[in-house]
Amino acid sequence: MQKIPVIEARHLSKHVSSTEGGLTILDNISFQMEAGSSLAVVGASGSGKSTLLGLLAGLDIPTDGRVLLDGVDLSALDEDGRARQRAGRVGFVFQSFQLLPSLTALENVMLPLELAGSSNPREAALQVLDRVGLSSRLQHYPSQLSGGEQQRCAIARAFAIEPRILFADEPTGNLDQRTGARVIELLLQLNQELNTTLVLVTHDPALAERCDAQLELDAGCIVDHRGPVVVMQEAEQ
Amino acid sequence: MSPLQLIRYSFTMLRRDWRAGELRLLALALVIAVTSVTSVGFFTNRIERGMALQAAELLAGDLVVSSSKPMASDYRSDAEALRLLTTETLAFRSMAVAGDLLQLVEVKAVSAGYPLRGTLRIADTILGADEPTADIPEPGTVWVDQRVLQAFQLEVGDKLDLGALSLEISHILAYEPDRGGDFFNVGPRVMMNRVDVAATELLGLGSRAEYRLLVAGDDEAVAILRKDLKGRLLSDEKIIDIKEGRPEVRMALERASSFLGLAALISVLLAGVAIAMTARRHAQRHFDTSAIMRCLGAQQNTILRLYLLELLWVALLGGIAGSLLGIVGQEGLARLMDRLVLATLPAPSWEPAVLGLVTGLIAVMGFAVPPVAGLVQVPPLRVLRRDMAPRPISKSLLYGAAAAAMVLLVAWQVRDTELLIYVVGGAVATSVLLVLAAWSLVWALGPLRSRVGISWRFGLANIVRYRYDSVAQVVSLGLGILVLLLLTLVRTDLLANWKASLPEDAPNHFLINIQSDQVQGINAQLNAITQDPLQIYPMVRARLVAVNDRPVSASDYDNPRSQRLVTREFNLSWSASIQADNDTVDGRWWDEDEHGQQVLSIEQSMAQALGLALGDVMTFNINGSQLSVKINHVRTVQWDSFNVNFFTVLPPGVLDGFPASWITSVHIPMQKRSELAAVIRDYPNVTVIDVDALMSRVRAIMDRVNTAVEFVFLFTLLAGVVVLYAVIQTQQDARGQHHALLRTLGASRRQIMRGLISEFLVLGGLAGLLASVAATGLHWALAEYVFKLSFSPSPWIGLMGIASGALGVALFGSLGARKSIDTPPIQTLRGIN
Repeated sequence: MQKIPVIEARHLSKHVSSTEGGLTILDNISFQMEAGSSLAVVGASGSGKSTLLGLLAGLDIPTDGRVLLDGVDLSALDEDGRARQRAGRVGFVFQSFQLLPSLTALENVMLPLELAGSSNPREAALQVLDRVGLSSRLQHYPSQLSGGEQQRCAIARAFAIEPRILFADEPTGNLDQRTGARVIELLLQLNQELNTTLVLVTHDPALAERCDAQLELDAGCIVDHRGPVVVMQEAEQ
Repeated sequence: MSPLQLIRYSFTMLRRDWRAGELRLLALALVIAVTSVTSVGFFTNRIERGMALQAAELLAGDLVVSSSKPMASDYRSDAEALRLLTTETLAFRSMAVAGDLLQLVEVKAVSAGYPLRGTLRIADTILGADEPTADIPEPGTVWVDQRVLQAFQLEVGDKLDLGALSLEISHILAYEPDRGGDFFNVGPRVMMNRVDVAATELLGLGSRAEYRLLVAGDDEAVAILRKDLKGRLLSDEKIIDIKEGRPEVRMALERASSFLGLAALISVLLAGVAIAMTARRHAQRHFDTSAIMRCLGAQQNTILRLYLLELLWVALLGGIAGSLLGIVGQEGLARLMDRLVLATLPAPSWEPAVLGLVTGLIAVMGFAVPPVAGLVQVPPLRVLRRDMAPRPISKSLLYGAAAAAMVLLVAWQVRDTELLIYVVGGAVATSVLLVLAAWSLVWALGPLRSRVGISWRFGLANIVRYRYDSVAQVVSLGLGILVLLLLTLVRTDLLANWKASLPEDAPNHFLINIQSDQVQGINAQLNAITQDPLQIYPMVRARLVAVNDRPVSASDYDNPRSQRLVTREFNLSWSASIQADNDTVDGRWWDEDEHGQQVLSIEQSMAQALGLALGDVMTFNINGSQLSVKINHVRTVQWDSFNVNFFTVLPPGVLDGFPASWITSVHIPMQKRSELAAVIRDYPNVTVIDVDALMSRVRAIMDRVNTAVEFVFLFTLLAGVVVLYAVIQTQQDARGQHHALLRTLGASRRQIMRGLISEFLVLGGLAGLLASVAATGLHWALAEYVFKLSFSPSPWIGLMGIASGALGVALFGSLGARKSIDTPPIQTLRGIN
């Protein structure tokens, strides 16, 4: 029996129109990822990294091509259908943390559990917060946490649902080097423990090196790839 | 997410948003809206009930059951079982005799307790000073109209015979609250004690008389009794309604309701603008939260429910807080009023509290929900690209919901279709005009940028660059200033005009039954007293017998007023020109060459009550001969002017040959009353009717309304300030960014502040200019079409609008923006709050 890839991009393209005519942000991207693998998407600013991440996570829709998560075609779903696919299955870590300012650390971590209909969200949230070392900061609001603590809280939120897939967008971009390194350790460690499929957008070569595979974008095209990621671009052209 | 979890999250969000200050302004606007609505609601409720009590005076009770026979059932016991006060009266016509003189009089026999509402006033000399009394005529005595004394040439203390009984005249009856009706059509009053009626032997089987049961007391009990009686009354028994009072007082009450309704309405609309502005900002500040939640897998429905729940809590909190404050507010005012008017207001009913809560909900639904509902449209991609804003909410939804809420609130507040159409139509038209005008003004500012200094350039650049926002701000501020200006105009001007329609020298005496050969003599004598030329009007008594050749009778109509109009005598008058306080509604008044033609002008409410329209032919019986006239003209009459007015007027020449008497009204100051008495002695057949008491009641109503509107004005002012603050707040985030950038580039705090002030001065000035133009237009429309009063434009309103707009916005704007200037630029640029 053929194994279904966890993430599959088929001929993904994204064009936008501007006053100066059309602009191609991503051009015919195709690749597959196996469960439990990690992929770093690297490239210069404006190369289309974040756009690709948004499309893979179903946050945006491609102009052409399709994204399949666990074999489910996201482009066949409406906005709510894509949200349903994310709930309980996809975790996110962002450069700007993106914690809800109105919720405490504990409530922020409980939120995706509750959205996924978890039976005991509080317990699960407490456990994962303990795991990232924030047990003493449960009732603090994001504005009362340091940058590193906020990102650890975001990681706890991402892993609380034990996601199949984790998308991380420049997770250390807003942190100093030392804090960033600690956060990365935590991220990779949890990724490994929970056998999560990780897609990480970064411009940090050292961080990219720590992933199983790398995909380099330039002007919306895959210009290089290494490691166990099946890139089908050349094969089909 | 389970419903319980949703509720918990909505509370968490509410708590946090409240602490962060985001919802406070929205809640404040809501509390002001609800407080003003409920204060006005509670207060007008009490005033209206107070006024209803005054109107109840016209019935001498809260409810009257009238019958042409002794009542079949013991309604009195039913009323007493409900702990209501009761008394009975009996009225009939009879010949009174004194010596060899006879006179048809209206006898009223009263029992202890009469009147249940209002007070009798008695005097001891003709046109002498009168005083209130709590008594009724003792058995064996009568109190009579001065007309009786005039007719019989009698004095207090003399005897008057009624049927088999001879009674002593113990007082002159100067005022009787439920005299009601049309005093020109009834004979002079003789009031006696009910126990004496049998001894007069006047009322045999089949005699015409009116038996009345008067009831007064607790509103609810009266309502219960009314409902109970309605199903049980026999065909000749009827309940008489409170509003069927004298037309002067009825009109004053209707005007009062219009004024108060308008005043309440304006604060609601202002609050609506403030709520919409703050909700928009609230939504904008939640774009990120919504995007993150979508990203974490929340469905649109979940997000919508979450935010709706949060708004629901705010609406309920605002509604409850506003209602409580409303109770406090109206109580303070009521106490003040009590001292001023020396009248005790009844306790308010609970309805205004419901009105407050529902107002809160409707305001939130209409003004706050659409912008907040737009949050479900936030693209989840915003978590990666912060510049991604939600698709703008459909304008038709946004404005449609606000318009629907406005119509609902206005309709509920004023309960007057005409006013509703004017206000809503006016608001829509004004908003469209304001947007167009604001757009042109903002556009016209562009070229000025290059001609001013750096601070003004900052300010003008902001206004021109953010054109949409600037137009929105000018329009919102303009609407705020507009209603404040309008209320100022309405309050001072329309009330003044209303009062002016009943000047101090308004006629306070009517002289009736003047014979044709006495007109000249009376004219000359009264002229000598008043030094004013006198208008004397002819009057021919007639009975309506047919409409369009079809005989009419009371049974053709359901409405008691219509029934009374058909059965009573009409006073047909003639005139070459329309009276100054009459207005044409339909058809046209006659020219000189139409004099003598069989046409008629009818008063609008009478035409409506009798179902008559232009072209209908009314046939009257005058002294045995028939006269048919076609309705050619319908007009309104300003009854509260106290001028002589007629429901039906014909052209000169038609009524020649029919017996006419003449009538006039005249203002006689207190100190000249004895001179009037001298005139009356020369013409004993002429009857004088003193309407001073009635006029002072109308004036008391006017004064009450004035104070009430002043009170409401305070709330509107407060709501106006919140609108101003809300408008400024909505721009705060963008402004903060802008200031941080400018400061990073080296602009001083002072330069930024000057730029801001210049921006606010221009925005406020533009808004004030537009508001004053619109306010003048609306003022005219209201005066002309709603209040039917003459319009006098206020020359200072433009200056006041521009100055108050510019200074108010600059003051509150710079105060509000201080925080963004004082925040270190790095903090703002990093987006740390």
